[in-house]
Amino acid sequence: MIITSADTRGATSPETRAPILEARRLVKTFGRVVGLDGVSLQLYPGEVLAIIGDNGAGKSTLVKCLTGAEIPDEGELFLEGKPVSFKRPQDARTKGIETVYQNLAVSPALDVASNLYLGREERRKGVLGSVFRMLDTKGMRARAKSELSRLGISTLQDVTVPVENLSGGQRQAVAVARAAAFGSKVVVLDEPTAALGVRESNQVLQLIRDLRERGLPVILISHNMPQVFDVADRIHIQRLGKCAATITPQSHSMTDAVAIMTGAAKA
Amino acid sequence: MSQQTSETPPATGQLDLAGEFLDRQTPLSRVRNVLHRYPAASPAIVLIIAIIAFGAINERFLYPNNLSLILQQVAVVGTLALAQTLVILTAGIDLSVGAAMILASMVIAQVSANNGVPAVPALIAGLFAGLAAGALNGFLVTRLRLPPFIVTLGTLNIFVALTLLYSKGATIRGSDLPELLTITGLPISIGDVRITVGVVVMLALYVVMAYILGKTAWGRHVYAVGDDKEAARLAGISVNRVLMSVYLVGGVILAIGAWVQIGRTNAASPNAGVDLNLDSITAVVIGGTSLFGGRGVVWGTLLGALIVGVFRSGLSLAGLDVLYQTLAVGVLIIVAVSVDQWIRKVRS
Repeated sequence: MIITSADTRGATSPETRAPILEARRLVKTFGRVVGLDGVSLQLYPGEVLAIIGDNGAGKSTLVKCLTGAEIPDEGELFLEGKPVSFKRPQDARTKGIETVYQNLAVSPALDVASNLYLGREERRKGVLGSVFRMLDTKGMRARAKSELSRLGISTLQDVTVPVENLSGGQRQAVAVARAAAFGSKVVVLDEPTAALGVRESNQVLQLIRDLRERGLPVILISHNMPQVFDVADRIHIQRLGKCAATITPQSHSMTDAVAIMTGAAKA
Repeated sequence: MSQQTSETPPATGQLDLAGEFLDRQTPLSRVRNVLHRYPAASPAIVLIIAIIAFGAINERFLYPNNLSLILQQVAVVGTLALAQTLVILTAGIDLSVGAAMILASMVIAQVSANNGVPAVPALIAGLFAGLAAGALNGFLVTRLRLPPFIVTLGTLNIFVALTLLYSKGATIRGSDLPELLTITGLPISIGDVRITVGVVVMLALYVVMAYILGKTAWGRHVYAVGDDKEAARLAGISVNRVLMSVYLVGGVILAIGAWVQIGRTNAASPNAGVDLNLDSITAVVIGGTSLFGGRGVVWGTLLGALIVGVFRSGLSLAGLDVLYQTLAVGVLIIVAVSVDQWIRKVRS
């Protein structure tokens, strides 16, 4: 029951390339509730794929299955054509899929550099690192700084500031930067602008465009239609646990997308 | 979308950040930011003021033998408070730490005095007792997912009962124990100041734990877990493993505390240290570590333990009834927690 819009067969059709991340017929049930009912999805290199849908349509379940936070009951996952299965978020992370969660992404009391390296701290070279387990704080700070400037994140000048002293947009920038710095293959952003103001949202959207410029594919989950139509290359619409359609901002209008989302129209 | 508000600069390019920091820089908020960044600052200030004030009231307070006495009195609580700091940094609390220490001290003394085990294996037996106590708390917190407050309230009673059952209520005198077990009570003179081996052991533990918490990945993970458990988990930290290791390390520290306690009292008594559970929490809280987890340093705890010792000594030298010491400690706790609440508003 997967309807893919015919309009995606444009001149720069991404379908001619091999997908980086592919899900085939994912099924996930919670007791009697069917979260995902045979959902397939392809993510191509250098694109922003948005996932939209009403509450309970299976957006977050889909993303959780892609990032190892949930284990699908059925279906297959392929990363660069090879079958993969994730039991924990850590498994997806080590394979190069980094996820930014909407508001739980950072540790407030730790500074920017510590947050970027949280869970993958680097130790000093030699005896200090191997025997005394000493962290390479200086090195991590320097690398955090260069990584931020490489990503074009100018809003974070001082990497030694505790994250709790930052604004919401800056915190989100830390989370996105962490994903982008280490996400070698895919970055997944779950409602990255939900808690942000207009200006801060724009910073995050710009960050998403920058990631695409660098060739890093992005999966964006969002409720915000204008933002989705602003940055997405393709839009995957979830409805009642299934993929109702995959459209592009060029082929459909926002009204069309809402109609498909709510079941008022077929793709 | 940004075009709707005229003040909003375009999304691209350099964005000025100066205005984005939360705090308007009033003098008070500046003080708060400093205290927020250096959690040991407020207890350090309190300690210095207290020493000056009590020294002014009674000059005997500043005599070297009084100061060394304070240090000796603080050794046991200071050691336990270190274990307590670890647990509180993870947003937990350990009501059983004193009871577990007494249990470990009875194990050390009893296997040595009654079963004729040499000193080193006896200490190792005490270490295992401490580890077992920590493992039980850690297991209940991580596997059964019970709140640390309830878990340790239960194990507090269990450890007290086990101690009395195991020791049959009998105190073992230091003279019946090998020298190594009471060596922590041995005085060392540095100039006019006489401290004990136990004080040195305590200070060494602080140095080691300050390093581990400040300079290793494990230490950073302890803070991250206490700060925001879910964020830590999503960053790939195994929260349960960190929590378990915190209780186990706490077990090791309290076993060392048991050794310090045997030397300090020159005995192992099953009835000792009823106040130690709460006194260790007092030291941590006065030391500026947040009960909400993720904020605090071990040096603050040492300062907190010293503040309690200084108040007790200073008030008694000022000729006040012992009840006023307890009153003062109570006030200190309330003030410390209020200050912590105020400091934490930097976040909002």
